Amino acid sequence: MTTSKRRSFREPSLLTKILLQVAAIGILITVLFPIIWVFSVSLSPLNLIRPDGLNLIPKDATLEAYLQVIERPTGNPVSFFELAFNSMKIAGGTALASVSLGVLAAYPLSRLAFRGRTFIMLVILGVLMLPAVATLAPLFVTLNSIKLDLPILGAFNLRNSQLGVGIAIVSGSLPFAIWNLKGYLDTIPRELEEAAAVDGASQMRIFRSIVLPLALPAIAVTGFLGFISGWTEFYYSWMFLTQPRDFTLAMALSAMTGTYASAIPWPLVSAFSIMLTLPPAIVYLLSQRFITGGLAVGSVKG
Amino acid sequence: MSIFTRVNRRSLTPYMFIAPAMIVMAIVTIYPLIFQFWMSFTNYGLANLRQGAPAPDWVGLENYVKILTSELSIPNYSFLRLFLYNIFWALSNVTIHIILGVAIALLLNHPGLKLKRLYRALYVLPVLIPPIVVATTWRNMFNQDAGAVNMLLGLVGQVFRIPPETFQLDWLRQVEDPISFIPLPLSYYAMLIANIWLGWPLNAVVATGALQAIPKDLYEAAEIDGAGKWASFKTITLTYLRPAMVPFAIYGFVVTFNLFSLAYFMSAGGPFGRTELLVTQAYRLVNERQLYAVGAAFAVVLFVILLTISLITNRISKATARYDDF
Repeated sequence: MTTSKRRSFREPSLLTKILLQVAAIGILITVLFPIIWVFSVSLSPLNLIRPDGLNLIPKDATLEAYLQVIERPTGNPVSFFELAFNSMKIAGGTALASVSLGVLAAYPLSRLAFRGRTFIMLVILGVLMLPAVATLAPLFVTLNSIKLDLPILGAFNLRNSQLGVGIAIVSGSLPFAIWNLKGYLDTIPRELEEAAAVDGASQMRIFRSIVLPLALPAIAVTGFLGFISGWTEFYYSWMFLTQPRDFTLAMALSAMTGTYASAIPWPLVSAFSIMLTLPPAIVYLLSQRFITGGLAVGSVKG
Repeated sequence: MSIFTRVNRRSLTPYMFIAPAMIVMAIVTIYPLIFQFWMSFTNYGLANLRQGAPAPDWVGLENYVKILTSELSIPNYSFLRLFLYNIFWALSNVTIHIILGVAIALLLNHPGLKLKRLYRALYVLPVLIPPIVVATTWRNMFNQDAGAVNMLLGLVGQVFRIPPETFQLDWLRQVEDPISFIPLPLSYYAMLIANIWLGWPLNAVVATGALQAIPKDLYEAAEIDGAGKWASFKTITLTYLRPAMVPFAIYGFVVTFNLFSLAYFMSAGGPFGRTELLVTQAYRLVNERQLYAVGAAFAVVLFVILLTISLITNRISKATARYDDF
């Protein structure tokens, strides 16, 4: 009696197996449906006014939408790579700034006792609660008040520049980086550092040769997350930037299909979406193990 | 204090490490926040933006009063409706995410399912897509004339001999409520579908992790004791799931509460601002209406709401602490 019950626990019937497989494939179809749809629309010829049916491979399938996206995705005279370079500058710059400043600040917050530590932690926690949109008005007004009249470069307004967008992004990403890295450092055992301190190593030395190498996974993850959010940042760049040469990928996508677009250029939008998604998705898939490992360790400890 | 490396109390070392970040944060984060607080008591507007423009006037609590009593001079604005819709939006989404996430995790954890690894890898694909791409794609999917959703409904309808014209739904702009006794526009359901697609996979990942930590012999012991499937699900599975799912549900609630991309790009808050969220309203006040002072006050109100939510959720997560803490 017991053995047969045990077997039924381990060996599900054929019918159960088939039903499970059907359910799993059904779920898979709902997951993949929008992705496949975008892909198949992106293969349509450019003169398509709108998709007229659900075809996996559309009639007269072509790659001309991708060529058009590379050359000139929007009405403005900017190519995909110019837009991507702008996004890259903003994403890379803000990720680098917040991670390098963040790891320096995370070290004393995790390891050293000093006056003002609790206060600083509370301030960071409070700031983290705010969504990025919540500091839009003061950042816009403040950055807009910094105007220079440079002799060669002409008039410069910090608000209407990628540097200004970068500053606005760092205002949110730096507190996040400090918090995330501090959480990770808290999980690293202290024995090595204590041994080094007994041997007379300075705090700077301990930080450079012990803490920094151990924190590399968390630094990479925090940097990656910062890069991803910068790569598709929308609120600040959409509000701050007015010159087409400064525009980013997210702004171009919004201009093509967003609230104020009159007619949707279907194949173009689809090809653009895929090209915007691929770089971060590929980086994620290649470094998946690394990232989920670093995330799990960093986020468990608050 | 013993967990901290002992340094001379007067040592400047900690400050040397923390100073660069604190100086930057003081300028780009703290100063704007203080400036925002001051702005919220003025009538700072477009006129004050020009160089050499006069300082804005002090108006006291006027902005706050107008926000809370819905007397802003912008169309379709009602604070109470915004707030209630925002809470309902987050609650309804997170509830569905968790139920689906747990159910699919149970499926993925079933010993009879083949190709588990493949399904697990493919199911998380939505998470890899940038939010702005997800939102614009679903906006296009719900397009009235050419969207995939209406076409799919038409194909399914053909099987039941329903003419395809029935499925020319204007998902994102239809004014009449689809279900007459539920005061929610059709665009809410469209965004709910999009956000379910986006939201359940991470819940399933978290639930799968928790399920795999359950010792198998607990189920066998329960079976031997004569417990049915439902009884062992309730007493074993749910007990082990709770400590992992509750914090994630709280996290999901806050993320969904502030989910800018769908409400902004899909429905643009429509019809008549009925699917607007607090964050998209905050963005519109500053970006479209150029009401900088009102936007600042609105952000302060939003901060108070989020602070209250996190104080409440803190109590919930403490009340449902880990099972091994008891």
